[in-house]
Amino acid sequence: MEREKKERILSLLVSNKPDVLARVAGTLGGRGYNIETLCVDATLDPKVSKIILTTIADQPTLTKIEKQLMKLIDVQQVTDLTKIATVMREMMLVRMKLTERNKADIALIIDTFGGRVVTLNGDHCVIEISGNRDDIEKALQSLKPLGIDDMSRTGIIALERTK
Amino acid sequence: MKIKGSQILIQALKQEGVEVIFGYPGGVVLDIYDELHKGDIRHILVRHEQGAVHAADGYARASGKVGVALVTSGPGASNTVTGIANAHLDSIPIVVFTGQVPTSLIGTDAFQEVDIIGITRPCTKHNFQVRRVEELTRTVSEAFHIARSGRPGPVLVDLPKDVMNAVAEYTLESFRDEDEPQPRPPSKKAFQVLDMISEAKKPLILSGGGIILGGASQELREMAWRTKIPVTSTLMGLGAFPGTDPLWLGMPGMHGTYYANMVISHCDLMIAIGCRFDDRVTGKIDTFAQNARIVHVDVDPSSINKNVMIDVPIVSDCKSALASFNRLLKDKNFTVTDDQRRDWLGMIDEWKRNVPLSYCHSEEVIKPQFVIETLYNLTKGEDTIITTEVGQNQMWAAQFYKYDHPNTFLSSGGLGTMGYGFPAAIGAQLAFPEKLVVDIAGDGSIQMNIQELATAVQYKIPVKIVILNNGYLGMVRQWQELFYEKRYSQTDMTYAPDFVKLADAYGLAGFRTAKPAEVEEVLRKGLSTPGPVIMDFQVDREECVYPMVKPGGPIHEMTLGGREMVN
Repeated sequence: MEREKKERILSLLVSNKPDVLARVAGTLGGRGYNIETLCVDATLDPKVSKIILTTIADQPTLTKIEKQLMKLIDVQQVTDLTKIATVMREMMLVRMKLTERNKADIALIIDTFGGRVVTLNGDHCVIEISGNRDDIEKALQSLKPLGIDDMSRTGIIALERTK
Repeated sequence: MKIKGSQILIQALKQEGVEVIFGYPGGVVLDIYDELHKGDIRHILVRHEQGAVHAADGYARASGKVGVALVTSGPGASNTVTGIANAHLDSIPIVVFTGQVPTSLIGTDAFQEVDIIGITRPCTKHNFQVRRVEELTRTVSEAFHIARSGRPGPVLVDLPKDVMNAVAEYTLESFRDEDEPQPRPPSKKAFQVLDMISEAKKPLILSGGGIILGGASQELREMAWRTKIPVTSTLMGLGAFPGTDPLWLGMPGMHGTYYANMVISHCDLMIAIGCRFDDRVTGKIDTFAQNARIVHVDVDPSSINKNVMIDVPIVSDCKSALASFNRLLKDKNFTVTDDQRRDWLGMIDEWKRNVPLSYCHSEEVIKPQFVIETLYNLTKGEDTIITTEVGQNQMWAAQFYKYDHPNTFLSSGGLGTMGYGFPAAIGAQLAFPEKLVVDIAGDGSIQMNIQELATAVQYKIPVKIVILNNGYLGMVRQWQELFYEKRYSQTDMTYAPDFVKLADAYGLAGFRTAKPAEVEEVLRKGLSTPGPVIMDFQVDREECVYPMVKPGGPIHEMTLGGREMVN
């Protein structure tokens, strides 16, 4: 069994009810597992929500987490996306103060990571970049020295490449 | 016709076959109590909400049916938490109904409002808040279904006052158990187990509470007898296999028998059924059953590979798994000769002979084990139900009373709840009015739900309480003696009520003795006195429970009281 501790992505189909997220979060937290990122939204079926969460764990621990989540009445399905061919995306919004000195560098970074400027207000701009976790990390590291005002990240969303 | 939520609730409970509710009224459940006043369902008024939940739990454990408790909001609801957690850890099917402030006031810190859904989320199998009266029937039906299906457990249903007052059409909506079949073992696995049994020279069955919850005792016996495999059961599993059978090894683990622990450490095949490898059973995990291949049957997949790594995992309810093993054994005409088992059973017999469960009898002071032995001799049979509190009394009751029938030993295993035994005995007695129900208690734990004496007297519930009174929190004191150089910090309980006078004050009979010669006479008198009875046995103050495995130690390294045994 895989003993390496690494980031694992779980996709959960759950009943679209108010306290389901608390049950899922409590099940992980109560047993000492940390949620690294979390994304929740509706699916094509309005009665069902999809939760994409990531956690850092080895394979035996992940199996325990999956089994505990499956015990929840409102959890219908748990899929370990780490094992499956999956498209993964994360989006980041970054607000930056524009100066004569950093403008060109910012433009280059936006271009490199396929981002775009969402708004431009006076000397502030908000940049949107999406990509896999690695891209987002790299973009963030490049933007940091140029003076980030604030930022917001979505956490990972993921989808199996085929059914 | 449209009827009120409170009426729908009672109808729904009747639909589920509820015969008795253990409860305590209060502001927001007045509408429900007004309905109960009509007397359609029997209600037992407890004296504390914790008692209501333990009583429902005891009723469920004794009868196999779902136990029901009803309490008010706020403190009424929060008082149920220990009882719910207790049922959760032992997988006991109960449904707890809590009142709640009206939906319009939820979240405003209203009078007697607590977020009981949030509080009990981690200690229930599931919980519901009914926010619309139209959802009530279905929710009640679903709650009972969840409580008793798969791995059973407690379910809480929160009932806001306005929902109980609102009116709706009552329609029968029920969740049928057959909709979701229990998981069954794949036949390939059953063949594999059969092969392993054929190959094994030193096989062992470790059975747990799942056998009792799944009603699989008969199947377990059939399998053990056909294969001549010795059986040990966890605390939760006592009674599933007869305590008087030659293949019986007693309980394993921290206070298990010497021979059960030795068998675990020496066996080459362990067939574990309906148990979850609690740390009190396994001791040090690395050395647990280290010579064995392990088959694990459990209805809950999360129990498998949780603590102990399993060679052959089988997700199935115990009854169908055992039935399929038995069918295969029969089809294959599987037989084991006495000769084939001679070495293994001979080795076990030697362990049994060398280190039996024992204690030093005294003519001067009552040994607590002697009380249990005498009680056993006076009451053995299927018409006796024993409940216990928690601590030394519980371990002695597990060691020195022999349980031949399932659902006759009710004890707080997972949570270790002091104060469980007496209200649980009340619940069990209501399930079986004709049986003798005895609560084996300590002087510490009996005081934790002593208020229920009034309940027992009010409803003439003839529960017999045997107090092993050593004036200490005995098990904690034992640990202090063994691991804290006899510094008895806060465990002296000498300041306790006079239990005979207390019995008198509540209006029940009370007896006491401190003389070994009088033990049998007091038990005879107490057990034959009608109504609830307290028997106070003033026992040896510093008697310890042995064998004992040090916490975290390998289970084959036991302290046997005076002589060390390391094997």
